[in-house]
Amino acid sequence: MTPVLDISNLGINFGGLQALDDFNIQVRNREIVGLIGPNGAGKTTVFNVLTNVYQPSKGGIRLTGKNILGKSTHEVTRNGIARTFQNIRLFKSLSVLDNVKIGLHNSMTYSLFSAWLRLPSYWKEEAAAAKLGRELLAVFDMEELSDAPAGSLPYGAQRRLEIVRALATNPKVLLLDEPAAGMNPSETAELMRTIHDVRDKFDVAIILIEHDMSLVMGMCERILVLNYGLIIAQGTPDEIKNNPLVIEAYLGQQRGE
Amino acid sequence: MTTRLLKNVPFRYALNAAAAAGLYIVLMILIDTKVLNRYQALMLIPIGFNIILAVSLNLSAGFMGQLPLGHAGFMSVGAYTAALFSMSVNLPTNLELPLALVLGGLAAAVFGVLIGLPALRLKGDYLAILTLGFGEIIRVIILNLKFTGGAYGLRGIGRQTTVTWVYIFVLITLFALSTLIKSRHGRAILSIREDEIAAEASGIPTTYYKVLAFSVSAAFAGVAGGLYAHYLSILDPSSFGFMKSAEILVIVVLGGLGSLFGSVVSATVLTILPELLRGFAEYRMVIYSLLLVAVMIFKPSGLCGRYDFSLGDTLDDFFALLRDKLLKKAIKEAPAEAEGK
Repeated sequence: MTPVLDISNLGINFGGLQALDDFNIQVRNREIVGLIGPNGAGKTTVFNVLTNVYQPSKGGIRLTGKNILGKSTHEVTRNGIARTFQNIRLFKSLSVLDNVKIGLHNSMTYSLFSAWLRLPSYWKEEAAAAKLGRELLAVFDMEELSDAPAGSLPYGAQRRLEIVRALATNPKVLLLDEPAAGMNPSETAELMRTIHDVRDKFDVAIILIEHDMSLVMGMCERILVLNYGLIIAQGTPDEIKNNPLVIEAYLGQQRGE
Repeated sequence: MTTRLLKNVPFRYALNAAAAAGLYIVLMILIDTKVLNRYQALMLIPIGFNIILAVSLNLSAGFMGQLPLGHAGFMSVGAYTAALFSMSVNLPTNLELPLALVLGGLAAAVFGVLIGLPALRLKGDYLAILTLGFGEIIRVIILNLKFTGGAYGLRGIGRQTTVTWVYIFVLITLFALSTLIKSRHGRAILSIREDEIAAEASGIPTTYYKVLAFSVSAAFAGVAGGLYAHYLSILDPSSFGFMKSAEILVIVVLGGLGSLFGSVVSATVLTILPELLRGFAEYRMVIYSLLLVAVMIFKPSGLCGRYDFSLGDTLDDFFALLRDKLLKKAIKEAPAEAEGK
């Protein structure tokens, strides 16, 4: 089976700093992959290069066999990679439903003139988008918040809304950047159920960056460990837990060894 | 709000159309019966094109959150295009003026795209200064061209702008902008204001929408310019300088960045105010400036913030309030009735 996402030999340097080098990974459909590593290891850089926020200096990115390297960010999204952000980036003063509808932008096709003249295509597609948007929100128990400004939501709901907005773009691969940041253990547990649900309901592969080890070890099928821009280990949670290189990267070398 | 009495969309459109027609009839009666004297009736025209200028600038400054300072430049492109067209053809007035205005708008839109493409790579104060520069360039070019009359100005433009035409074009502008904003294209423009990186990541081609909003904004400034040209009958490049752009920006900020209704109110007030203050002679600009300072101190988000008026919603709320009051009254009376029995 061809992988959904095939990243080969990806690398980027900022001046003299090699932020990422020789990054290879094949992600299968519906796989949940964890990306961990100490601060500054290059985890978010992977996401930024994948979504072309940064242009890689070498390597290839193929999404379901199609080359998407060098495509601009919105084209990458249109092709099927959606992401959330480490520091939540919602359209704060717009309503929750409008946030989702912006994610649905490319599912609508009516032109500027249909909007101006309010042609039937406008009404039809807007009604469909509103319905789909509410359905998506309902999956995350947020339907009754539809009209509230996104910035007024509690923290956990904002994180969920970011995921809903990303899913609205109909992605094949979902990139989650520290989804559990700032959550307490019970919220994290709920988030884990949510992520599982997302994978099952929306049929997406998920790559997640996370520092919360209970979440990473509990739900990722495969884990990649980055340090100084290089993959130092990959494998199942159990393999990673006992990998001496990983322990060294996180805790340092034991004296006298 | 749980109940929506006026949910029906065609009904809402009919309601708005009726309100617009009603306002027009009232204005016409006021003019005919001389309640508004000739001078006051003529004031309606600058109010109208100031509304168009303010509302169109609000699209890029308020809804897209990018601050351009060259709006007068686009206005001048529209003004000269429309004027030169109507001076070179000889058509019936009721055909010539709208054609001239549409051409003026199109020319300004083209300039909007040409300037927008390089300018919109920048943000904030950088964009403001760059558009200010472009505005000045347009002015200086007009000043040095032969067919625009240069510094001498363009004279002998037909005085074709009437209250009716201004009213029609104000309505067209308001309709076009409010329908644009409440569509997927409008949401894309709003998303740029809210968070550009998140907008791109949600699949919005932000560059496209920036240039689009910028040129739509320029197009309506061009239409306003055309109305201005056929109102004054003289065009002078010095009237399209930085001060004019700043004046429009003041209207927009005072009304509220992101509120069409605010721009309409503020354009009306700020056009009438200097005239009302004429009695104070030399103090009038001081009072005008003090009022602006006061609004910015006490309501920095502008008179209307981001609130937008909707006739249907307002009536709805009114009816809901009325019904609640009646219900309460009925409930109060009910026990009394029961006791009476």
